[in-house]
Amino acid sequence: MYTKDRSKYPETADGRPQVDLASGRFVKVWQGPNHPGITGNMSLELTLNGDEVVECTTHVGYLHRGFEKLMERRTYMQCFPIVCRIAVPEPDFNEYLFAAAVEELAGVEVPEKADWLRNLSLEMIRLASFLQWIGGQAGAFGFGTIGQWGIANRDYILDLFEELTGGRIYHMFIIPGGVRGDLPEGFRGRARAVMDRIEELLRDMERALLHNAVFKRRSVGLGVITNDMMNHYGVTGPNARAAGITRDIRLDQPYLMYDRLDLDYITAENSDAYDRTKVRLGEMFQSVSLIRQMLDAIPGGGAFHTRLPNPLHWKVPPGETYRRAECTRGEYGYYMVSDGSAYPRRICVRGPSYTHAVALMEEMAVGVNIADIAGLMTSLHTYPPEIER
Amino acid sequence: VTELHDIQTDLTTRFAISEPNLQRPEQLFLTAEPGQTRGLIRELKERHGFTHLVFLTAVDYIEEGRFQLTYMLHNYSLAADIGIRVFLPREETEMESIHDLWAQAATYQRELKEMFGIHFPGSPRVDEEFILENWTTTPPMRREFDTKKYSEETYFPRPGRDGKEPENHMKKKLYPEEL
Repeated sequence: MYTKDRSKYPETADGRPQVDLASGRFVKVWQGPNHPGITGNMSLELTLNGDEVVECTTHVGYLHRGFEKLMERRTYMQCFPIVCRIAVPEPDFNEYLFAAAVEELAGVEVPEKADWLRNLSLEMIRLASFLQWIGGQAGAFGFGTIGQWGIANRDYILDLFEELTGGRIYHMFIIPGGVRGDLPEGFRGRARAVMDRIEELLRDMERALLHNAVFKRRSVGLGVITNDMMNHYGVTGPNARAAGITRDIRLDQPYLMYDRLDLDYITAENSDAYDRTKVRLGEMFQSVSLIRQMLDAIPGGGAFHTRLPNPLHWKVPPGETYRRAECTRGEYGYYMVSDGSAYPRRICVRGPSYTHAVALMEEMAVGVNIADIAGLMTSLHTYPPEIER
Repeated sequence: VTELHDIQTDLTTRFAISEPNLQRPEQLFLTAEPGQTRGLIRELKERHGFTHLVFLTAVDYIEEGRFQLTYMLHNYSLAADIGIRVFLPREETEMESIHDLWAQAATYQRELKEMFGIHFPGSPRVDEEFILENWTTTPPMRREFDTKKYSEETYFPRPGRDGKEPENHMKKKLYPEEL
């Protein structure tokens, strides 16, 4: 609930706003569960005074598939094909974190080649996911064309994934112990060609979006996350970097091969929807550069998988761990508890949207024009399935 | 590592801490007493710079008759984590709320109330439904909740489509009385 100046907002009782719809001052509007301005299926219950939002309540649960419960009834190997389904636009982070957590608990060493290939697949999916996001961000402010460019060119990355892993959306490539396959012959050349094309596209997007007067007028000053909100709401990822906070797990706690790659914090100052777009575009350019660096650096040949114990009787020693990685939206993590049996005792998935889409969104939506709610929601880059798991 | 060790030593003077386990050089797990947990978390947040609540979740140890709550806190300047384990009895489970320390804690507590049946008195909207709708039976993330039994009781099997496999098709045509 919005807690600052409430003079024109509904009165509260027991910590809840008392909206008297009969007074004619307020209107209730539901945005979602199916709405182009909502990234996935969740709904916002908006109370309006005129066209201004005075109260926002989020409702989730439309995508609950009980992954965490399902995983308690499956062996570690049977969990592996499930985890990617938690996040459709970027499944690889789930695969990597699940694999990393199991390997840590079981004490499995992974060959360096596998780490390179994991890193490559994480960066490729980051780029693909951002290309999908930018369509939503532009579309929310009325620029449908940019979304079409993004989706069309994302398909070239999906082609690369199909070649590398056999799957376009769910790859099931990063398996505990390593990865499922080596780079196909000629992959590097084709990937470099796709990167050239995408870099050109990103320049076009930058010109068409960031220098557009309408986009600027609507996004500058929208949804400012102030510095004192950062820790209170647990803001991570580009949402924090847009306020100038240098917070990136790839640099702070380097995992995989990030310490051997050349990357930097991409930051901005104003922490509004415009600056968040700018940061994410910068990250897309950085992703292209990282993929190019990796295509040069990945060694040819060599083992890409460790021999595992029989997966049907694989008992993981008791223990608990938490592994994290920087996904497009912020900190993504897996908390895994093993009790020494062949089944995980508990796996908890920590997604950045858990706080960005619920607690933060409820605070940020207040005072925003109803027409900008979709743009605000997309600018936080939230994804409901990681709230519900 | 040394900083985490110093913090652990410092905490031991004022709080009852047991089973410390350095999982990785930058990740420490320790067990705290339920009554002291809120104080411990505040201490870590305000004095030791653990300003980020990564997650709050529960693990069900049904055979021991207790829940484990895990609070994961992160310190950005040390790039280190402390996971606080708290053991609570499975019956009449209640825990102090930390919604005033982090905004997202209220969401986690609402989820734990619904999924495990752990009460957090005073937490905002904690009794509202979060993910489930009209759920009246056992909280579904508890170990005793049987997913298969629930789906068999709640949903009915849908009859399959009429197949056209030659074997069944001919059987049906020639010997309908046998089917």
